[in-house]
Amino acid sequence: MNYFIILTSLMKILGVIFLIILPMVSYSVYAERRVSALIQDRLGPNRVGPAGLFQPVADAVKFLLKEDFTPAHVNTFYYWLAPCLAMVPAIATIAVVPFGSTLLGVPMVIADINVGVLYVFAIASLGVYGIVIAGWSSNSKYPFLGGVRSSSQMISYELSLGLAVIPIFLLVGQLRLTEIVRYQIEHGWMIAPFIGDWLNVQKWLLAIPMFVSFCVFTVAIFAETNRLPFDLPEAETELVGGYHTEYGSMKFALFFLGEYAAMITGSALIVTLFLGGWHLPIPSWNGGFHWTYITGDAEGWRGIAGGLFNIATFFGKVAMLLLVFIWVRWTLPRFRYDQLMRLGWVFFFEIALVNIFLAALMIAYFPA
Amino acid sequence: MSDQVSAPVPLVNVQVDGVWRQFPKGTRLIEACEQAGSYVPRYCYHKKLSSPGNCRMCLIEMGMPKMGPDRKPVTGDDGMPLINWMPRPQISCAQDVAEGMGVRTTSPLVEDCRRGVMEFLLINHPLDCPICDQAGECRLQEFSVQYGNAESRFLENKVKKPKNVELGPRVTLDDERCILCSRCIRFCQEIAKDDVLGFIDRGSHSVLTAHPQKKLENNYSLNTVDICPVGALTSSDFRFKMRVWFLKETKSFCTSCATGCNTVIGTREGVVYRQTPRENDAVNSSWMCDYGRLNFDYLHSHRRLLEPKIYSGGTLVPADWQTVIADAAGQLKHFNGPQIAIIASGRMTNEELWLTSRLAQSLGVHLIDIVPHRGAGDEILLSEDRNPNTNGARLLRISEEPGARLQTIARAVERGDVKALVVLGENPLEAGISADALSALPAFVLLDLLENPATRYATALLPSAGFAEKRGSMINGKGRLQRLNRAVSPPGQARDDWEILRDLIQAVSGQNGIYTIEEVFAQMSQSVREFSGLSLSKIGDLGVQVMESAESPSPDEPAKNEGNKPESEKAAS
Amino acid sequence: MAITVRRPNLSWKERIYLPAILSGMVITMRHLKNMIFGRTKVTMEYPEEKWDSHMPEHYRGAPALVRDVAGRIRCVACQLCEFICPPRAIKIIPGELPGDDKFAKVEKYPNEFDIDMIRCIYCGMCEEVCPEQAIFLRKDYAITGFTREDMVHDKEKLLEIGGVMHGVVLKWNEKK
Repeated sequence: MNYFIILTSLMKILGVIFLIILPMVSYSVYAERRVSALIQDRLGPNRVGPAGLFQPVADAVKFLLKEDFTPAHVNTFYYWLAPCLAMVPAIATIAVVPFGSTLLGVPMVIADINVGVLYVFAIASLGVYGIVIAGWSSNSKYPFLGGVRSSSQMISYELSLGLAVIPIFLLVGQLRLTEIVRYQIEHGWMIAPFIGDWLNVQKWLLAIPMFVSFCVFTVAIFAETNRLPFDLPEAETELVGGYHTEYGSMKFALFFLGEYAAMITGSALIVTLFLGGWHLPIPSWNGGFHWTYITGDAEGWRGIAGGLFNIATFFGKVAMLLLVFIWVRWTLPRFRYDQLMRLGWVFFFEIALVNIFLAALMIAYFPA
Repeated sequence: MSDQVSAPVPLVNVQVDGVWRQFPKGTRLIEACEQAGSYVPRYCYHKKLSSPGNCRMCLIEMGMPKMGPDRKPVTGDDGMPLINWMPRPQISCAQDVAEGMGVRTTSPLVEDCRRGVMEFLLINHPLDCPICDQAGECRLQEFSVQYGNAESRFLENKVKKPKNVELGPRVTLDDERCILCSRCIRFCQEIAKDDVLGFIDRGSHSVLTAHPQKKLENNYSLNTVDICPVGALTSSDFRFKMRVWFLKETKSFCTSCATGCNTVIGTREGVVYRQTPRENDAVNSSWMCDYGRLNFDYLHSHRRLLEPKIYSGGTLVPADWQTVIADAAGQLKHFNGPQIAIIASGRMTNEELWLTSRLAQSLGVHLIDIVPHRGAGDEILLSEDRNPNTNGARLLRISEEPGARLQTIARAVERGDVKALVVLGENPLEAGISADALSALPAFVLLDLLENPATRYATALLPSAGFAEKRGSMINGKGRLQRLNRAVSPPGQARDDWEILRDLIQAVSGQNGIYTIEEVFAQMSQSVREFSGLSLSKIGDLGVQVMESAESPSPDEPAKNEGNKPESEKAAS
Repeated sequence: MAITVRRPNLSWKERIYLPAILSGMVITMRHLKNMIFGRTKVTMEYPEEKWDSHMPEHYRGAPALVRDVAGRIRCVACQLCEFICPPRAIKIIPGELPGDDKFAKVEKYPNEFDIDMIRCIYCGMCEEVCPEQAIFLRKDYAITGFTREDMVHDKEKLLEIGGVMHGVVLKWNEKK
């Protein structure tokens, strides 16, 4: 084995999880609270540290110091397992997502495997087990209802999720996520055909099914992460706390953070698949108008700066999407359960299916 | 007592507020109205005292049958006589019912009279209800709610009278509050036979006072506080301690002597504040003596034993109940019957005495007696026998003659024949056993309320409950079975005596199926003929006659109180 | 009888739902923007800003004992407030004034007067029931402490909050 690869992979894993994802998770909770407050003309947490920026630290301390309580009536083993199952898949998905170009010649993706998207779906589907097991092992009616709801909801929306990305593969011909990003750098973002060779007619036509895919995929991600308007599994007004009613202290925190980690993963996927990944186009004039971008390939500090800039670009896009998540949550009311199911099976499933044929037809009749 | 239908007193027809009713001849009109359901307000009248008719609060409209020319009553359509109403109101407390009499207790004239009397009474009465101990049980307050004016028309200065007068060692007088009803004076003359109170000065300057060189210090002085309709006479002991509306009232009886006067114990949050007499004509009428009334402060004494202790390493050390009971039982089982003696107490309830006899049985003890307590008695209520349950001890064969075997026990202890001594609620030093003999005893189980000089010799110390802290029954000097009710919880770790004895028997003989005091009584009533058919709840608030005794009232007298009890109880008693 | 609510006939635009979503999002974004640029000001940030000067006359804050102009503690320990207090926050132990006291005529005074401010619900019943005009609800509202004992106001503390009350009936005069 190549020790260099092992070492760099380890450093990438630690770096991404501990320096980026986890802080992002805790600060997305903070952002959620501040933005929701501002939307509702309130102030939100502004007491701990400047502008309340240390609030996540205070929360973490609180969660850690609370009594870790296990109710007497639960199925203890699964009750303890469930929070882990909620957190782990959300983080594991990040492994195949390219979150930057290169840094010191090392590609900024933890595992650049050729079945990238399949891996994502495989791991992301495990997320539902955390919730279902939590609901079942709690041995109490509200968590049980929450668990049942979430399993059917997640299965329903995974269909649209899967079908929505097929047009991209028809176009790119690869499952490897780095290749999808590479394709977007060369041919423009999936939903922004004006980038790259912007006078190509096929691209403009293809942007239609791509945009549909983007919409379906985004909505499905909302449903997969149990975000409003699809937070039926933990609908407070109906189910007390849903699947995590019986949880407290750090175990509850794992569910809570797992939801935000899933949001980050989902946003990262949307960014990778539709919004050009780490690529940031810069318009430039070099005898004629064309697009350029920064890479980490250059020598010396310019390379390092470029690599870091690309990582920042990627997570900047993710952060923007997170804000959209929050914005939507504090705007839209929750769906009724039958509406949710109807939307999933009658609309999005069909739209995604038709969209595949549309994309296929376009690719067949207007080859590049 | 009008419900005495069997009595050979002729009945008369009286119309009360338009309804014809029958009352025994000789009934006071004010009582007749009350029985008919319309309470006539009164200050000076008390049914156990004579009627002076000086408060004028009980004014009613009265009439006699209208006589025809033939000197016979003219009858109306209903066959009853027509009534010739008198133009002026009459006082109902000084009038007996008569045939054909008519009474109106709620007519406009009567209401007007009451309003007028109230206004006169309140002219000089101070507005100090916030500091008055009578507030809450004050007749003046109650009737001024019904008949008083919101504002006084009296603009002049009120008459100043002595306040905070020490009328006697236990009674404090506030003359400004006095409405001159003379109940207290009549009580002292008629009941206490100690004529010390009287009015001096005239008109609105008239005040109540004790005769020169005399004090209200007889043993019944606090009854004047009870019958005082206002806050003029207050108990020096209870003064300013607690407002009466906070007191939880528990029906019980006094355990300071063999009379067993019926009482109400006033408590709040686990503290006994006062005892007041409760009417029971078969026992104490409406009175009780000061000695018994004030004899409750030891319940909250700092000498109360609060935790069970065992003798270990040369000293008494606190331990939990289980350990102490097991230890005490172990000590007793170490010896056989003749080596053990039990000194019980005439202050124990029947249930406790019965359990004591069971304990004696299971240990094979024959040396058992109670300690007699005697003091000066009087003709009124206080009995010479200061043990409240001597008769119970007799009935349950604890002691045929109290104190007869004490000498034998004391001698046996001194000689060392008795190795184990069980003392229940008594001080063995007072029973003739020397301190040296006590300290030499290998086993000395002591169940008691208060610490005394004998306490430190105990090898097992069992803190028990006082009379207000437990349930149970006792038989008074006249053979009447009465019931104690629990007013407060025992302090600290002290427990009900019967529970301690039950546990001790269980630890000694390993068997009994008793969980509640009702079961103790049930078992007792199976083996004691006098208690058969009775239970604690069937005893009722007024008690049941179960024994003939020297002091027992004549047989037809207790029948008075059985009028309100079910048939089964009559049969039982 | 069942009432049938007629469903509204939705137009094509309303049925696809998206315009409504978008307009909703515009509204929330507008609120966000106004807050960020400080154009909306609703919250009063409590410890820094206070409402004290706007407190209405009838505001019910901490209950307190008052003295009258002669300096007498007006309370005579009648315990009516203790009786009426719904959460049973008040505890009074009465005492008797010694005969040589300046106000010996009143005879009774509160030896101890404790109000447990953890229990107090600021209902004002004590003030209403007081026959002596001795207890008033003042405007103090920030009652804090580190222990339960800190939160029990004793007689001294209550008198300190209460101060001297002017314009009340002086009923323990010679006329009485």
